[in-house]
Amino acid sequence: MSCQCQGKTGEKESKYEIIDRVVDKYQGQEGSMIPVLHEVQQAVGYLPEDVQAYVAEKMGVPLSEVYGVVSFYALFTTEPIGKYKISICLGTACYVKGSGRILEEFEKKLGIKVGETTKDGLFTLEACRCLGACGLAPVLVVNENVHGRLKITDVPDIIEKYRAMSREEAS
Amino acid sequence: MEMVNLTIDGQEVQVPKGSTVLEAAQKAGIDIPTLCHLKDINKIGACRVCVVEIEKARGLQPSCTYPVTEGMVVRTNTAMVREARKAVVELILSNHPMECLTCSRSTDCELQALAKKLGIKEIRFQGENSNFPMDTSNPAIVRDPNKCILCRRCVAVCNEVQGVGALGLNERGFNSIVAPAFQHPLSEVNCVYCGQCVNVCPVGALKEKDEMQKVWEAINDPEKHVVVQTAPAVRAALGEEFGLPIGTIVTKKMVAAIRRLGIDKIFDTDFTADLTIMEEGNEFLHRLQNGGKLPLMTSCSPGWVKYCEQHYPEFLDNLSTAKSPQQMFGALAKTYYPEKCGIDPAKIFSVSVMPCTAKKYERQRPEMMDSGFVDVDAVLTTRELAAMIKEAGIDFNSLPEEDYDLPMGISTGAALIFGVTGGVMEAALRTVYEVVTGKTLEKLDFVEVRGLEGIKEATVDVPPVGAVKVAVAHGLGNAKKLLERIKKGEAEYHFVEIMACPGGCIGGGGQPRVTGPERMSLEDNYLDLRTQAVYNEDKSMELRKSHENPAIKTLYEEYLVKPLGEKSHHLLHTHYQAKPKYQVLAEKEC
Ligand code: SF4
Ligand code: SF4
Ligand code: SF4
Ligand code: FES
Ligand code: FES
Repeated sequence: MSCQCQGKTGEKESKYEIIDRVVDKYQGQEGSMIPVLHEVQQAVGYLPEDVQAYVAEKMGVPLSEVYGVVSFYALFTTEPIGKYKISICLGTACYVKGSGRILEEFEKKLGIKVGETTKDGLFTLEACRCLGACGLAPVLVVNENVHGRLKITDVPDIIEKYRAMSREEAS
Repeated sequence: MEMVNLTIDGQEVQVPKGSTVLEAAQKAGIDIPTLCHLKDINKIGACRVCVVEIEKARGLQPSCTYPVTEGMVVRTNTAMVREARKAVVELILSNHPMECLTCSRSTDCELQALAKKLGIKEIRFQGENSNFPMDTSNPAIVRDPNKCILCRRCVAVCNEVQGVGALGLNERGFNSIVAPAFQHPLSEVNCVYCGQCVNVCPVGALKEKDEMQKVWEAINDPEKHVVVQTAPAVRAALGEEFGLPIGTIVTKKMVAAIRRLGIDKIFDTDFTADLTIMEEGNEFLHRLQNGGKLPLMTSCSPGWVKYCEQHYPEFLDNLSTAKSPQQMFGALAKTYYPEKCGIDPAKIFSVSVMPCTAKKYERQRPEMMDSGFVDVDAVLTTRELAAMIKEAGIDFNSLPEEDYDLPMGISTGAALIFGVTGGVMEAALRTVYEVVTGKTLEKLDFVEVRGLEGIKEATVDVPPVGAVKVAVAHGLGNAKKLLERIKKGEAEYHFVEIMACPGGCIGGGGQPRVTGPERMSLEDNYLDLRTQAVYNEDKSMELRKSHENPAIKTLYEEYLVKPLGEKSHHLLHTHYQAKPKYQVLAEKEC
């Protein structure tokens, strides 16, 4: 496996340095596994295998315990998450109004399956349960932004909107 | 002790406060079926096979975790209870691969027994069978997750008793699986191959790697000269596989049975256990008198050695360089023995019968080829030996008593007690004392280091060396506690014995299984019964000190010259190296 962290460049904190810092912060606190993993995930972006193993070693617990927690809670992800997380509601109201087909359209346009991330790291596609905005069905959320009353034809526009946003930020 | 009165099925019972309903029923002679429950090890109330009706409690309750209260009224045999138990087992069976006919656990499977006991004749639910790959990644343990019923006994023993934590409950809901992290193979995590999980698994989901076929092939090959060694603890448990009570020593019948399998020579690992004491005892004296690394730690338990390499590499220099009795035997079986008997060493096939699964791993270590060949060609567990005896159609219980072959079949009581926790220490002390003081030891029994307490300590006066402080730990969970104490400087010793398995080798991962219901019904701990048998046998032996073994004296005269000599160094000693715990971190480059 080739090195994927940003260590040794001196610019960015490597993922192992992040773990050292987070675990030290919670040192000696009972039941700190979930907050530690949560914070590490926020800083690293996701929890790949070596990160989980390093957390286990640093916390002095077996890796099986860490993985047990990570694989139990939907909150944790072992795959990298894109800059924009598109969560499409498959709750009853949205589903009846065709959110399933919208999801398929996103899969087609982005060339990924639900749960995956685009190669450029821009988009992650997810399905979720009722978001409590049934009045706007079908609904999806991109990071924190809600998009409602969707039509299939909105799909390319939404993708393009975030691509543009990302380009703008970069320049 | 505060007592509690309750009524079970109309019968009044009195039990200590804090008991469970299951324990109370046991006392009243009322049988409640269990599956996930394992006395002293797993009490998670997960399977619900043991449900009972309790007056005033809502619904059915699992008796294995439900605490008794004064005046409680329990019913264990109502239509509702029977129906619920059946439903639980049918649900488990609904996605279970029904491979009983070819399964290693058939007739000895707790799930199969339960289905029979509860009168299950059809399965009303249709579930999807899971299709996980088998884990055959390592030389010792095979995992078949498709047969796993998620009882988590293995998780409990690996985490709480052994303190290793190689296995866990992963994912959730229908995807739940008991496995190492990321469902990786055991060879890529910190598993030490002790096989304790194999011993407690109620079904065929965990077993040893089969080496029986290899042994049959060698026996059938007229070119091969098959020599067998049997470890001290095997004789203390093999009888259980043939219906004898726990704690029966069957040495001479075992020898007769193995001979009838068609092998060429049957020798005793006890012979090289005596040799280990000669080498390790002298190593201890050498370190003590020359400022060597102390405490010296025993290295005959390969599960412990692997644990040390992966979890406590800072103690690697403390490990004795003396090989385990199995490997000393292996090295001599292809050097000393063929030279003495005029056999071509290349034709020798050396088999060991061990109470241990980690011995299968040990024999394949690259360090273990000092004879110029692979020193040990196959390792059979006690269970595998029993299976071969049965396959050969040998009626074990009616066999005559026979003796080991010479010369590597002569041994002492000191070697025999290698099989129990504290035994190696006691054997070493018997020899070290006499070698150093030149006097005869009055009292041979070092009772302080005997028994099932997790960590034992003793101070022995060995003039002129002075007070020798020793400690003994069995079960890696206890070893961890002891090592932490030494590390923090809270305790200081000269000599430490560590055995990976609870009780020592008599409780090894290759020994006959004692099922959940059996453990419940036994008055005593089964490990205690095996231990007592070993000490009684030691008492009855003519020779009880390793340095008095005449065959060992001859071995030194004819071949090795002296303990720690050049030949010994080459054949009988080795070194161990730190190993990564997790493969995913071994690849970490930054
Ligand atoms: S584990 Fe038990 S029930 Fe399952 S196939 Fe094997 S013997 Fe049969
Ligand atoms: S062999 Fe021992 S260390 Fe490995 S999983 Fe089983 S109990 Fe744990
Ligand atoms: S492997 Fe065996 S002991 Fe472990 S959870 Fe599965 S059935 Fe139970
Ligand atoms: S069903 Fe989609 S928001 Fe409620
Ligand atoms: S819940 Fe009691 S034996 Fe499983």
